[in-house]
Amino acid sequence: MQNKKQIFIPLAALIVLALFNLIMDPSFFKITMGLNSEGYQVLSGPLITILDSGSELAILAIGMTLVTAASGGQDISVGAAVAIAGSVMLRVLCGTEASVSELKAPVIVAFLIACVVAMLFGAFNGILVAYFRIQPMIATLILFTAGRSIAAWINNNRLPNISNQAFTYYGGFIPGIPIPTPFIIAVACMIVIALVMKFTTLGLYTQSVGINEHSSKLNGLNPAVIKLISFVILGLCVAVVALIKVSRVSSINYSVIAKDIEMDAILAVALGGNALSGGKFNMAASILGAYVIQFLTTTLYKFKVRSDALPAYKAVVVILLVVLSAPIVRKKLSELAKKLKPAKKEVA
Amino acid sequence: MKNKTSQNKFKNLSDTSLLLTITIIVFFVMYIGAIIFQGSGFLKAQTFFDILNDQAALIIVACGMSLVMITGGIDISVGGVVALVSMSCAVGLDYKGMNIFQAILLALGIGLAFGLVQGFLVAYLEIQPFIVTLAGMFFARGMTTIVHTDPFNVANESLVKLKDTRIHVPFMGYVNKVGNYVPAYIEIGVIVALLVVAITFVALRWTKVGRHFYAVGGNRQSAIMLGINAKRTVFLSHIICGLFAGVAGFVYFLHVGSGSPSHAAGMEMDAIASSIIGGTMLTGGVGNVIGSFFGVLSLNTIKKIVSSAGLGDAWWTGITTAAMLCLFLVVQSVVMARKRNAEQ
Repeated sequence: MQNKKQIFIPLAALIVLALFNLIMDPSFFKITMGLNSEGYQVLSGPLITILDSGSELAILAIGMTLVTAASGGQDISVGAAVAIAGSVMLRVLCGTEASVSELKAPVIVAFLIACVVAMLFGAFNGILVAYFRIQPMIATLILFTAGRSIAAWINNNRLPNISNQAFTYYGGFIPGIPIPTPFIIAVACMIVIALVMKFTTLGLYTQSVGINEHSSKLNGLNPAVIKLISFVILGLCVAVVALIKVSRVSSINYSVIAKDIEMDAILAVALGGNALSGGKFNMAASILGAYVIQFLTTTLYKFKVRSDALPAYKAVVVILLVVLSAPIVRKKLSELAKKLKPAKKEVA
Repeated sequence: MKNKTSQNKFKNLSDTSLLLTITIIVFFVMYIGAIIFQGSGFLKAQTFFDILNDQAALIIVACGMSLVMITGGIDISVGGVVALVSMSCAVGLDYKGMNIFQAILLALGIGLAFGLVQGFLVAYLEIQPFIVTLAGMFFARGMTTIVHTDPFNVANESLVKLKDTRIHVPFMGYVNKVGNYVPAYIEIGVIVALLVVAITFVALRWTKVGRHFYAVGGNRQSAIMLGINAKRTVFLSHIICGLFAGVAGFVYFLHVGSGSPSHAAGMEMDAIASSIIGGTMLTGGVGNVIGSFFGVLSLNTIKKIVSSAGLGDAWWTGITTAAMLCLFLVVQSVVMARKRNAEQ
């Protein structure tokens, strides 16, 4: 029951944010069609920015929701894993040269190799969690600590640079299409996961393992495999995010790329009203949660909040959201509402 | 198993000492190995004291972290709080004309405020500790840059004097190449850190409240049935953790003598890693602050070994730390699994 209801939390947050923007500055909702620096017709405006830069978070939220539901814990290594996947991609595309304009390999090959590597690292986390029974946050702390170092080591600490127009399409615009490519990729991911949820038993099995591991085992499921699969899927999401991230800047900075994105991804899952202790989940709510975070970030930037002071404001909004959606608070509020209602009737 | 509380409690206690023993043995093996293979540097007592001097703040933070982890929670705001405290103290001393005592009060106040708010949200509103303290971390990091944007060194005379105070350790010095005796020293922060470890250890082991922490973390339901106020215990653990973060913030500030938004970056993860190496489990009910103390030492000894082995490249530290963490986790998991099998 809560599963259907919980989408209202991020939805309400989104509406409040939208109203706030509408009152403060209606131009926030203006979408214009204009020429970008390469001379193509593209859409622009704050809303497009939100859809564009929220893509990475939305994609990660998909994987994070599954991991959270199956294992009852969170993967804090996704930022570091994005650095590794991005580094692998550049290693394949650039070989050992520092700066290339001709790619050494097709982008799809680099992407597939990065996928395999990211999924292997996902499997590493998954094995620690599923077979060694280490709590997910602690198990992924290993990769969190080592990830960015491994990423630097893959490229021998160089920061390769690609000056190839075609490579920027994945993080920018494809000529002739006015919608930002990251958003298209994110929508594609959402469709894929929706189809998987609809036509396979993955969602059901994940939830049952998360709700009661022991009884799922008695019912013939293998909880360890399900947990492992959820981590591997998150690895796949990580590779997709790495492609977008690297393509956006055509280069990589190991210590900055996807920094703190794991925290935002976990936040997206929580804002979606999903229990961080696992069990039932609502994928759409998580994705919506990701866009709420991006909406908030873009709004704050619009009001000229310095980027390093941004977290403080974000924290206040997050606390307000979670306090209002906490079951205890909601119960108290509904009791209060009940008390107020008869009072009103008496007046009437 | 859930209703056999006394047995459960007893089992967890022996788990605690088992994991603690592993940690201490590994630390000594590692240190002796370092002395054998890398020689003179590690023979000097000062090398060991330097680890203490550098990591005093981390030791205090790890104590608080262990407390929260024993009750089954987590606090990832501590690194941010340390940064906020050192920045606030720096600004207070240099621009607002505070004296040292006011700065100390400010540090404790900030820590306590974080502990109170986070503890209330976690214990009484039952919001997931990870999310609450994540927001706490965001808030602290953001506030640090709002208090002051740029890093700067503090010029306040009394602070500099306090910062440079060195407590000589008798008989531990060495004679240098010129033939002068160089005494070994520790900083004030180390004394504070050791005090915190000792007090927390005694409180956890021999006081009623201390035992409540283990009971609530081990099995909350049974703890409530025993008449323990679980909510208040969780609340208290967060308050103490926040307070320790405040103390650690001042100790950190005293060690570096500056304020910067990038101070104590990733300290929360180091603290969690130290606690785990020390045998504290995130599931709650198992852990020991002495273990966390040795966890901090182990973590930084390995870092020191790596850097003195000539693997100066920055990435080696990250990879070896992670490898060590991985080793500890797997050993812990295997040991616990074997123990469980043996008991059955």
